[in-house]
Amino acid sequence: MSKREQLKDDFLENRLIRRRLVLAAIITLVLLSLVLGRLYVLQVVEYQHFATLSDSNRIRIKALPPTRGLIFDRRGVVMANNLPTYRLEIVREQVDDFEQTLAELMQYVDYSDQDLKRFRQSSERRRPFESIPLKLNLTDEEVARLAVNLHKLEGVEINARLTRNYPQGRHAVHALGYVGRIDERDLNEVDEVDYAGSTHIGKLGLEKFYEHELHGTVGVQQVEVNANGRTLRVLSESPPIQGNNLHLTIDSRLQRVAEEAFGDQSGAAVAIDPNNGEILALVSMPIFDPNLFVNGVSFENYNQLRDSPSRPLFNRALSGQYPPGSTTKPFYGLAGLETAIANKEQETYCVGYYLLPNEERRYRDWKKEGHGATNMTKAIVQSCDVYFYDLAYRLGIDRMSAFMAQFGFGVKTGVDSTGERNGLLPSREWKRRIEGMPWFPGETLITGIGQGALLVTPIQLANATAGFALQGIRYQPHLVKSVEKIPEYSLVDIASRVAGRYEILKQNNWEHVHNAMVKVVHGLRGTAFRISRGMKYKAAGKTGTAQVFEVAQDKEYDEETVANKLRDHALFISYAPAEKPRIAVAVIVENGGHGSSVAAPIARRIMDAYLLDPS
Amino acid sequence: MNQAFDSDSVSITRRIMDALRLDPVLLSLLLILALFGSMVLYSASGSDTAAVIRQGIRIAVALLLLVAAANVPLRMLRKISVWLYLGGVALLVAVMLFGEVGKGAQRWLDLGFIRFQPSEMLKLAVPMIVATYLSDRVLPVGLKELIVSSILVMIPVVLIARQPDLGTAILVGSAGFFVLFLAGVRWRIIISLGVLFSALAPLLWKFALHDYQRNRILTLLDPESDPLGSGYHIIQSKIAIGSGGVYGKGWLNGTQSQLDFIPERSTDFIFSVFGEEFGFFGSVVLILIYLAIIYRGLYIAAHSTENFGRLLAGALSLTFFVYLFVNTGMVAGMLPVVGVPLPLISYGGTSMVTLMVGFGLIMSIRSARRFLV
Repeated sequence: MSKREQLKDDFLENRLIRRRLVLAAIITLVLLSLVLGRLYVLQVVEYQHFATLSDSNRIRIKALPPTRGLIFDRRGVVMANNLPTYRLEIVREQVDDFEQTLAELMQYVDYSDQDLKRFRQSSERRRPFESIPLKLNLTDEEVARLAVNLHKLEGVEINARLTRNYPQGRHAVHALGYVGRIDERDLNEVDEVDYAGSTHIGKLGLEKFYEHELHGTVGVQQVEVNANGRTLRVLSESPPIQGNNLHLTIDSRLQRVAEEAFGDQSGAAVAIDPNNGEILALVSMPIFDPNLFVNGVSFENYNQLRDSPSRPLFNRALSGQYPPGSTTKPFYGLAGLETAIANKEQETYCVGYYLLPNEERRYRDWKKEGHGATNMTKAIVQSCDVYFYDLAYRLGIDRMSAFMAQFGFGVKTGVDSTGERNGLLPSREWKRRIEGMPWFPGETLITGIGQGALLVTPIQLANATAGFALQGIRYQPHLVKSVEKIPEYSLVDIASRVAGRYEILKQNNWEHVHNAMVKVVHGLRGTAFRISRGMKYKAAGKTGTAQVFEVAQDKEYDEETVANKLRDHALFISYAPAEKPRIAVAVIVENGGHGSSVAAPIARRIMDAYLLDPS
Repeated sequence: MNQAFDSDSVSITRRIMDALRLDPVLLSLLLILALFGSMVLYSASGSDTAAVIRQGIRIAVALLLLVAAANVPLRMLRKISVWLYLGGVALLVAVMLFGEVGKGAQRWLDLGFIRFQPSEMLKLAVPMIVATYLSDRVLPVGLKELIVSSILVMIPVVLIARQPDLGTAILVGSAGFFVLFLAGVRWRIIISLGVLFSALAPLLWKFALHDYQRNRILTLLDPESDPLGSGYHIIQSKIAIGSGGVYGKGWLNGTQSQLDFIPERSTDFIFSVFGEEFGFFGSVVLILIYLAIIYRGLYIAAHSTENFGRLLAGALSLTFFVYLFVNTGMVAGMLPVVGVPLPLISYGGTSMVTLMVGFGLIMSIRSARRFLV
């Protein structure tokens, strides 16, 4: 090599390069012939195959909706599951004359204008080759009629889909909420890809609050479909993942007992385990069947529910705001003792009304003739108003509201559902802001017996009662005990969270009020004495009667003459067993009259069912 | 009279061509291809006139640059090749350090007024520098020349592959390799390199390729394995091309293309639109036009009077072929999906400019012979 010819010879080099160029030209030709050969195979030899795929067949990506997670009560009773139902679906792309197809369908299936409107709405969002439901929940007869005539109806499909079902029907509807068909508004709130195959979404209650757990993960299927849009072959599939299951704190049996206890009365009841905030029953009466809403409620049904004077759609337990009436008295009593503004033995003389200095207006006691000399215990047991007018006068609204706030009044409890409202804890600042008026001393008085501007929701009241039962420790109430993660099937407990802690200054202050509450139920003169008959445990409680309308100064309130709608609300709060509370209950019966006679028995039945149940 | 006028007009065209130092054969082939391309683009873009006009402007600009390149004397080309190469490598390093990330790869350099892809200029700079280097040496190349040239080629190739831009790395690498091949690298070296590469392939597979690149190769072997990802491209592309049949569905009538089934249909996958609408017949015609361009370039290379011209013109023509082969092979499902456009037809400006300037250089090489003789 070292002796290699170093002289450049252009002739030789030119020949070398030319040879290589020719060689390259040949290789080029060969490789391009390979490409042409490949194209020949694709376009000539296999033309039929690809033409079929292209013209009459399409490869499509189908979204597979996940199965919605199940809901169980605390004992494992199924509260919400999914049942197969048949749906009439249409692939728009396959339909030549849509109006004609609709007219023809009319012969076999009775779809409503509403169905049609929904169909048109969702077809704007979906791609032309996706199947869009026209009517859900076909009857067997409809399926049969359609199936026979399906060959005449291009682009029409009958598909079996899983549909949400609430096996308990009306029971616990306000705790569960329901799912409904996805509308425009829902689509703006969720990721459209995740919901590509889904037709339903949680609309209310738990179903909405836990939508992210329940929905699951969408699957994808690549399918070959024929000209009619029917699937010929599944090419590949990544299956959807079912949504997580929920295990509730609700005891469906207790729930039923509570609902039945109301009879045909309207109202709400909430039962909470004070030791962890688990909601054992969440009742709002009347109830309705959520299954009506799953596939789009008919106008007829909806109007009936909406226009019913008893407002069954209204979730009173979370959204209802009521004056708490005398159920506030234990809290104010404790406030008086803790601030040392009241003491245990001090007596107020009740003559049946209370007068503010320099004011003529009489603040009346419910007992016209008065309770006479009244100490705190007696004032709670017999629910003396005058004692608490006086206590409120001495406490002042600022201290009262500050104390009540420590038990969660005036703010949402943060329960894991939708529609909860704040209630209202009035204050000087609030009145100035909202009404632009100063606070009047008289307002302090009526707030002192749970009237006036003060408003509570039943869940707030129940939770405050639970907090009282546990001597100031208040848990955040919750409806879900654990989430069962799919596909691992592992239970993840929802941790009980302390929502507020009131440090009681003197233990016997609390005991004093607590003992008075026990006497409300078990004392001979207790306002709820009637429910203690045959009671196998000791309960503490407090009755309440909340005025719906104000009786004029010189008039009497006469139950007989007052229209039912304007009758007082009956309330009762309670917890039991008194020694070691396991359940705290708040019951409100709308226009029920007296708490003692109407609300307390309902609470008793709930507590009996829970505490005396052998399991 | 009439005849005189005819011969006059012919000579006027020729005189303009000569004055601009252009090759009428190559230029007409390129113009036919560009025209063809605009038609396909109009269809592929969903009858988007604006896109076609933008592409037309790019073609016009690229043609101006072609004329400019055709007028650079070879002597000057050899001189600037060093600076072009060094500048290009420096810019690649700059991209690595400060470049913009687009679509997961770092390829662009933002100079404030213009976004620039330095790897493009290496497509010209690499064959130029290797041709410059080898043209002074005795051919066929010896071991030392081979090693030096390989280093010159591999530096930018590695930098580009790391961006990662496998398509451009292949084009740059093959441009350099073609110069060496034409300069007569001995067969036993070529063969032993081939054996070595095959032996190293498993290692390269494991360490040199990105996950997505591995996926693309795997997908090619079994497109059904990933129908939602890269396999989807291949499946749909094959359906489009295959359903074109012998004569195609006709311009603007490709159902697969018009119905959005083909991804990247105006850029890398434009050939599937063409195949669907013009069929096998159209594909043969198109590939013959391409072949004519390649052969014209090789012809000019063979008739050049100095080694620099022979090597450069030959390498540029063969690189053009690689574009065509890799793109059509990919679209027809023979080769993995790499980002190589269908030359002069795919939508986009960068490769258009590089290719046209390359043809300008080939024309300059042709003129050098003409004016020398």
